[in-house]
Amino acid sequence: MENFIQQLIFALRIGSIYAVIAIGYTMVYGIIKLINFAHGEIMVFGSYFSFLLASSGLNFIWVLLISMGLTAILGMVMEKVAYAPLRKAPRLSALITAIGMSFLLQNIMLLIFKSEPKRMPELISMTPFEVGGVLIDPITIITVGLSVLFMIILQIFIKNTKPGKAMRAVSQDTNVAALMGINVNRIITLTFAIGSALGALGGILYSLMISQIYPTMGIMPGLKAFVAAVLGGIGIMPGAMLGGFIIGAVETFTKAYLSSSWSDGIVFLILVIILLFKPAGLLGKNRKDKV
Amino acid sequence: MKKLIALMLVLVLVLSLGACAKTETGTIKIGVLSPTSGAGSVHGVPVKQAAELAANEINAAGGINGQMIEIIAYDTKGDATEAVNAYNKLKDEDQVVAIVGGTYSGATLGFKPLAVADNMPVLSPTATNPEVTLDAPNVFRACYTDAYQGSVCATFAMENLGSVQPGVLYNKDDAYSEGLADSFIAACQAAGVEPVVEAYAAEDKDFSSQLSNLDAAGVDVLFVPHYPDTVGPILTQVKNMGLDFICMGGDGWDGIQENYAAEAEGFYFANHYSQDDPSEIVQNFIANYTAAYGETPNALGALAYDAVYMMANAIAAAGSTDSDAIITALAATSYDGVTGHIQFDANGDPIKSIAMIKVVDGKLTLDSKVAAK
Repeated sequence: MENFIQQLIFALRIGSIYAVIAIGYTMVYGIIKLINFAHGEIMVFGSYFSFLLASSGLNFIWVLLISMGLTAILGMVMEKVAYAPLRKAPRLSALITAIGMSFLLQNIMLLIFKSEPKRMPELISMTPFEVGGVLIDPITIITVGLSVLFMIILQIFIKNTKPGKAMRAVSQDTNVAALMGINVNRIITLTFAIGSALGALGGILYSLMISQIYPTMGIMPGLKAFVAAVLGGIGIMPGAMLGGFIIGAVETFTKAYLSSSWSDGIVFLILVIILLFKPAGLLGKNRKDKV
Repeated sequence: MKKLIALMLVLVLVLSLGACAKTETGTIKIGVLSPTSGAGSVHGVPVKQAAELAANEINAAGGINGQMIEIIAYDTKGDATEAVNAYNKLKDEDQVVAIVGGTYSGATLGFKPLAVADNMPVLSPTATNPEVTLDAPNVFRACYTDAYQGSVCATFAMENLGSVQPGVLYNKDDAYSEGLADSFIAACQAAGVEPVVEAYAAEDKDFSSQLSNLDAAGVDVLFVPHYPDTVGPILTQVKNMGLDFICMGGDGWDGIQENYAAEAEGFYFANHYSQDDPSEIVQNFIANYTAAYGETPNALGALAYDAVYMMANAIAAAGSTDSDAIITALAATSYDGVTGHIQFDANGDPIKSIAMIKVVDGKLTLDSKVAAK
């Protein structure tokens, strides 16, 4: 029983990381119908920023906020350079560009930081404490806490602020939103900034959890977060969070009670099943296109 | 005066010719095969240097029954085809009586069929692949195999660390990790203990599920056979989760103290030799090697050094350079070297004690030498 609770906590921890990353996928898709495959690399850039800042002796909160800020700027630059010129191009061109960006960013990191894994500095106290017979390490608390906190802030932002409303309007209908006086380009840039900042949060928490950092580490979490976004219904924010926690749970419990060989396989099997039976995702509505 | 100088010059010339002729016929030639260029040079250069150091020491002490040893070293570039060419050259042109090599299993397996056909005495210092010594009465090796290492680690866990419930966490996508895990498990089972086994995939970076399962099963000693890039994060997670395992590993852990000294503190791993082993032979080897080459020798160098000594002893014991006599003498080897006491089993694999290293204050210290059972 204790082991089960312990595994449940691990599931929450990795699930909240996936959820935070999945939000980045789902926000961008919601606004410009683009699956931003470079999101995994944006996430790794975020952890490298924190890696560099950590050695300067700043405390955790500042490292986190500055890295998220820098990554948001990187996300905006990427959008302006790679995606904005393709706004009117077919969606396939943008998708291929996203894959290209993913490789470009990955290779830039390989050039700058080299391929061998580096030790992630311990930004926070690592001494575990016991709650009711279960040992909990501070990373778990901080990961789950920060992820949930930022998800709540994001929800409030989208529901209650003007830019949030504009964002929802653009995602419903870009043309009409533009006619209503919304600066669509600014909203798209803002979306990339928020998505990238959350990606950086996910990346920092992930590298703290595994205690390592290396240029290709974004591939697997990136793919799983993508599966999470599709599972919850891509374009739907609560769907990404739900999907993240489900994928985290499936992965952790497969590792714990079936076999570690199966965990990745089962996660991707879920993607196939969802696409076959409920392509719009768990929270998505199947909408027929009107002719 | 001029005549006197001319006479002296002639004398010098004749004498040096004589000296030349004497070494031509009088040396015992031993071939050394190792990759001394390319990516393998980090392993191959110490092998060549340590072999030459051993030969120089033997010669300085009077050689083999009065005859000097001559080391002829060729570069295999770590490649099987290059190794075959180098072998042919050693045998046909240089007419060596024995070979210390190859350094890598692949290169050694490349020239092994030729060496078996020629009945050439071969002692590989470092090839760990099980195939190397199979069906080859003339081929021996100085290093222990992965399987042997795994079973000695199991003995150490149960007897020295007093483990009642050993656990294993291994990478199922890696032959080295799996090989060590398999032999560790088999040795535990042979002793009547059933270890708890968990595996992870090559891409896995989060080991908490497996570690939690191992903890729930009551594991006291955890065997983690892999390299520092994976073992480091595992040990970090063990520490962060507050688990009280004693962790241990194989020779792949070498270098763990560089980035993960605090996490590996108090843990153990098997290695070929320990640099702070106080025994005289080890300290002499390190001092002489450092004096000659300006760097501390690694485990491969230590194995090559022992291999040349064992080969020289075998030739001395055989009393001739006849292949059969050398092979018989080599098979009967009982030698105390830098890498421990070595005897050969029927295959030509060493039965030797393994140095168990403990990480203390971030430094590698020799904990104990564990002999085979």
